[in-house]
Amino acid sequence: MKAFYGTKLPNPLMLGTAQYPSPAILEQSFRKSSAAVATVSLRRESGAGQTFWQMIQDLGVLILPNTAGCHTVKEAVTTSHMAHEVFGTRWIKLELIGHTDSLQPDVFQLVEAARILTEDGFQVFPYTTDDLIVGERLLGAGCEVLMPWGAPIGSGRGLNNEYALRAMRAEFADVPLVIDAGIGLPSHAARAMELGYDAVLVNTAVARAGDPAMMARAMVRAVKAGQLAYQADPIEARDMAEPSTPVIGKAFLS
Amino acid sequence: MTIWSVIGAGVAGLAVASELIARGEKVQVFDPGGLPGPHSCSWWAGGMLAPWCEYENAEEPVLRLGQCAIDWWAARTQLHHRGTLVVAKARDLPDLRRFARRTEGFIDVNREEITLLEPDLDACSNGLYFRAEAHLDPRQALGDLCRQLRESGVEFHRKLAPSRLENAIDCRGLYARDVLHDLRGVKGEMLVIRCPDVALTRPVRLLHPRLPLYIVPRGDGIYMLGATMIESEDSGRITARSMLELLSAAFALNPGFGEAEVLEIGVDLRPAFPDNLPRIRRLGRTIYANGLYRHGYLLAPALARGVVDLALENKHSEMIDEDRA
Repeated sequence: MKAFYGTKLPNPLMLGTAQYPSPAILEQSFRKSSAAVATVSLRRESGAGQTFWQMIQDLGVLILPNTAGCHTVKEAVTTSHMAHEVFGTRWIKLELIGHTDSLQPDVFQLVEAARILTEDGFQVFPYTTDDLIVGERLLGAGCEVLMPWGAPIGSGRGLNNEYALRAMRAEFADVPLVIDAGIGLPSHAARAMELGYDAVLVNTAVARAGDPAMMARAMVRAVKAGQLAYQADPIEARDMAEPSTPVIGKAFLS
Repeated sequence: MTIWSVIGAGVAGLAVASELIARGEKVQVFDPGGLPGPHSCSWWAGGMLAPWCEYENAEEPVLRLGQCAIDWWAARTQLHHRGTLVVAKARDLPDLRRFARRTEGFIDVNREEITLLEPDLDACSNGLYFRAEAHLDPRQALGDLCRQLRESGVEFHRKLAPSRLENAIDCRGLYARDVLHDLRGVKGEMLVIRCPDVALTRPVRLLHPRLPLYIVPRGDGIYMLGATMIESEDSGRITARSMLELLSAAFALNPGFGEAEVLEIGVDLRPAFPDNLPRIRRLGRTIYANGLYRHGYLLAPALARGVVDLALENKHSEMIDEDRA
């Protein structure tokens, strides 16, 4: 498994911390899934939220603060610095929203913000589209991880463009890649890992499930299954049957 | 005879006092802020008695304990038994289906049925109608409780409660964090608007992925728009974003809300425990009742009963999680 800025994750599931019915259920979801990383959003309300942030820190997992809700480079940079003060980590999941309805990232501002934050000493996890050229530019700006979307945030549609995600995996063979956004079901998460992705980030699909802790368990099993499958080198799909027992000695028509 | 000292004149404290009086006890109330007012977060509540709607995103006790609230309040203040209407725009129908799946006590309503219930909601094609739910005006309800308590001989002291009180019941909400260390504040922002051009007669909830909005009619064309739920403990101000979201959701429901006057902006912190359920704790000579979260009016009656059962009969309700008398 590839390292994220030098850190190897004990398992490839990252969980968001928004929208759970209660902090207690959030905590159970982490416990039941042993998710490796918690993403947490910082509303830019200075000095606020201490209790909730402390609860996240008490989960005892790696914290990946994000810039959710930021629409400009300036906002994202300010939020990142605040995140560093609150959580004492150099990791930042950089989100720069370009479109209100689809929450599609504004990739132009994203590259700019990634460059500034890298220069400021941050280790940037950019939430991006599946565009290869944008990926290149982000790496050029200093990112060592890419987080392409599977589908729009919270949509639960799974991997919208598997072709593009495959191309991304092939193009950036040595870069840790995380599917961020769009996962609705464990099968989507497993599929992402089967494509060779290095981790999957899930929030809404777990937090808004009827039983979040149970769904978190399902997700961690799915990502582990997908990861094993990828490592096991799966067979190629083919059009005709390939008998698994020898056919010699049996009559067949040619 | 024992005199019970209730500390805090928010909805929790007044409900406890009212329940003690109903069982023939003597009560005094301490609150340095005086009678209920803007210093207490119950002042800013929606006042929906909506256990079935709340169950969509809450645990089972909210549904069960919340149902006792309707009769309890009906005996004490003016209650509007008009149900709740939950609606969604066409593009958010998956949210409506999910809402329906996660709760009970409703009937599906189509566009015609929605406009029969609320003629001014003609922009919504699908909804759920929770007939058994009710709502009240929180400020009227607090006032009614105070008046009844006074008439029953309860004294209100506008000062901090003396330390080392015997028979104290601490209902200070978030102020009780000095003792209840697992309490946290959950920020809520709301608006009161006047919009006589739009006529709604019952609470309406608009499902929306970013901000589920509710509108509660207060009569005379006045509405309460609520409420954000933010894991933040900064109660100082409303953000422009929250205000935009609240108003644009109302506008989406009926463009007539664009003409509304904004009368009040409310911001406060809901006291909540980690599972967002209320708790009763007896520590030494004080009973603590707290953590009503967004269910102040809905769960205060059950909380008050639990407190009084413990205080008078040493009966342990499910809300008690610690008893070190």
